[in-house]
Amino acid sequence: MAGIIWFIPLLPFIGFVVALLLGKRFGGLGSKLSTVILGICILLSFYSVYLVKVNGAFSVEMSWYITDNLEISVGMLADGLSTMMLVVVSVVSFLVHLYSMGYMHGDSRFWLYFAYLQLFSASMLGLVLANNYLQMYIFWELVGLCSYLLIGFWYEKQSASDAAKKAFLTTRIGDVGMMIGILLLFLSTGSMAFSDIFTMAGNGDIQPAILTASAILLFCGAIGKSAQFPLHVWLPDAMEGPTPVSALIHAATMVAAGVYLVGRSFPLFSSSQQAMMVVAVVGAFTAIFAATIAVVQTDIKKILAYSTISQLGYMMFALGIGAYVAGLFHLMTHAFFKALLFLGSGSVIHATGTQDITEMGGLAKKMKITTWTFVIGALSLSGFPLLAGFWSKDEILGFAYGSQRYVFFAIGAFTAFLTAFYMFRLIFVVFAGKQSHASAHAHESPKAMTIPLIILAVLAIVAGYIGAPFINKEASFGEFITGGMHIEEVEFNFIPMIISVIVALTGILLAYLMYGKKVIRTDWFYRYVKPYYRVLVNKYYMDEFYSKSVIRPGIKLANLVNWFDKRVIDGFINLVGKVTVLISKGVHIFDTGVIDGFVNWTANETYNSGKRLRLLQTGNISGYAIVMFAVLAVYVIYLIIRAAF
Amino acid sequence: MQYQLAPDLKLIYFLAVSAVLFGIGIYGVLTRRHLVHILLSIELILNAVLINLIAFSSFSTPDKMTGQMFAVFVIVVAACEVGVGLAIILSIYRRRKSVDINNMNILKW
Repeated sequence: MAGIIWFIPLLPFIGFVVALLLGKRFGGLGSKLSTVILGICILLSFYSVYLVKVNGAFSVEMSWYITDNLEISVGMLADGLSTMMLVVVSVVSFLVHLYSMGYMHGDSRFWLYFAYLQLFSASMLGLVLANNYLQMYIFWELVGLCSYLLIGFWYEKQSASDAAKKAFLTTRIGDVGMMIGILLLFLSTGSMAFSDIFTMAGNGDIQPAILTASAILLFCGAIGKSAQFPLHVWLPDAMEGPTPVSALIHAATMVAAGVYLVGRSFPLFSSSQQAMMVVAVVGAFTAIFAATIAVVQTDIKKILAYSTISQLGYMMFALGIGAYVAGLFHLMTHAFFKALLFLGSGSVIHATGTQDITEMGGLAKKMKITTWTFVIGALSLSGFPLLAGFWSKDEILGFAYGSQRYVFFAIGAFTAFLTAFYMFRLIFVVFAGKQSHASAHAHESPKAMTIPLIILAVLAIVAGYIGAPFINKEASFGEFITGGMHIEEVEFNFIPMIISVIVALTGILLAYLMYGKKVIRTDWFYRYVKPYYRVLVNKYYMDEFYSKSVIRPGIKLANLVNWFDKRVIDGFINLVGKVTVLISKGVHIFDTGVIDGFVNWTANETYNSGKRLRLLQTGNISGYAIVMFAVLAVYVIYLIIRAAF
Repeated sequence: MQYQLAPDLKLIYFLAVSAVLFGIGIYGVLTRRHLVHILLSIELILNAVLINLIAFSSFSTPDKMTGQMFAVFVIVVAACEVGVGLAIILSIYRRRKSVDINNMNILKW
């Protein structure tokens, strides 16, 4: 029954083809079919989890092409990590499909949207199931393509099409690094398969320098895809896409692919101290960097986008310090509650028609389901005790504390504080307080949108329990996901747990005092540290920095190259063309004059001589007879003379 | 059948008669304008040739009749030829009301 996992990516791909070819004609049918397909994928995913749980990891493989010294195969690898991702991807994707049926209703390219979603689901499921780097890279680029298509789905808007290009190009930068990393690994090991490479890395068969270099290059891909500093700039702009897309691709699944890559390559990374350090530092810096920006943003989706970047950084630094289980556990819980938050924000945007939180307010009375589910998501994200985010975040902090990496612990705790603060700033501004003009006409969203919210809210509460510390170790999430791999472990400790609860509650309380009760002036920060505030509002001037340092020189270089192309290359080619024309003119003269002349001369001469010769034919029979006898006579005379002498 | 020629009857006499006949025939072909005359002159040439054939045959191989046999064949063929020739001449006459060779000059460019 192992072969059934081929169908997990294949089914949505079939759905994509069907929706693409027939969707336009049959309208809403494509969306229903897509949703049903994802439903089947959920069942298959759970079935594969069951298979892994019972029989252990398994894989199916077949040859793609073989040459003398190279065999490339395609295969599906189902182990704890990939089946966990399968469940996350298929569940979130299913719910987003369901939600989109309400959210995108009436869009002119409704059918195309579902075709893209199907393609994305197929690619993402294929990505997590890949058993070698080449296959993973192919799917990695495919999800990037889907991201591009869906960010720019409303391409009539200039900002959306710009954002799509930005996302694609920015992630490409990381992908190039990843490709070099894969090739480097291939050159040093002669294989693309995870199993071969990890075995060799574990045995120390790869030179340490190459190991570190290739791990860091792979991490470049993760930096691009998971929007880590310094390639994080595309993710906030990617919010131009439809909100369900933001929830699926830019919060729950695709951006987590970078974390998945590091998690999948963990045996490789853990063999290199330096690579782990790079991952940890980049992750930790991104976590706190993005969290500070999120504090001052006023666009509801941008806040969530920066929050996503920050949380992805959290996962990265967890993996970087060796907290393999905790990082991937956080990936899973984050996928659920961040998808919930994005879908909730989509519901809010749907109702109010604006994304600016300062134009909202008092929505709690109008939209009960949205409000409550959103609050659950926010609590979960903030690490409120006993919700999903609490368990996973606590595990990361506990590991950092337990392994005595206090700097990372401090950064994590401070980020957790900021997270709680900005999430509840958002909640108090949007849902509490006076009703604004925009929210006066708001109403609860249709059932297709609220049902996914409720399901995700339930998941955001309970998803953490499978990895909670009091669960029996044999049946735990960690045991399932490591699959026998040796991972550093730390003793469970109450101190980091208490600290994380305290910082989360402090953040919520501060947000309440500032934006709920309004006992602390909301502009004190603006007033007292104005320069830093300005820096934050402008997102650390990263876009401006890239614009000045990369884009403008890039455009200048492009102009220069263009000039060179036009003047030098084209000039040379034009010169060649002109010379050729001249030569052919000469050849033309020779041709018409000499060659044709000779041929024509022959013909003319034949004609003229014929014209003269025909005069011999007088038609006078006596004349002919005279000639005849004269010739005969001459011949006879000749014979006589010859006989005589 | 053996037969003997008179001993003073030499080959050159036959050849001379043949040559004179041939010359008359040539002259007739070249100078006559009437088609029938030309046809008759051609017959003269043919007869000159036949005399030659028979003469050579009689003097070289007196015991065989090859020359004579050949002459008989040529006479038969000549009779046929004359028949066809006269038919053509008649046809030309019907069409053009003339058998003058100078009026027949369409055999040219």
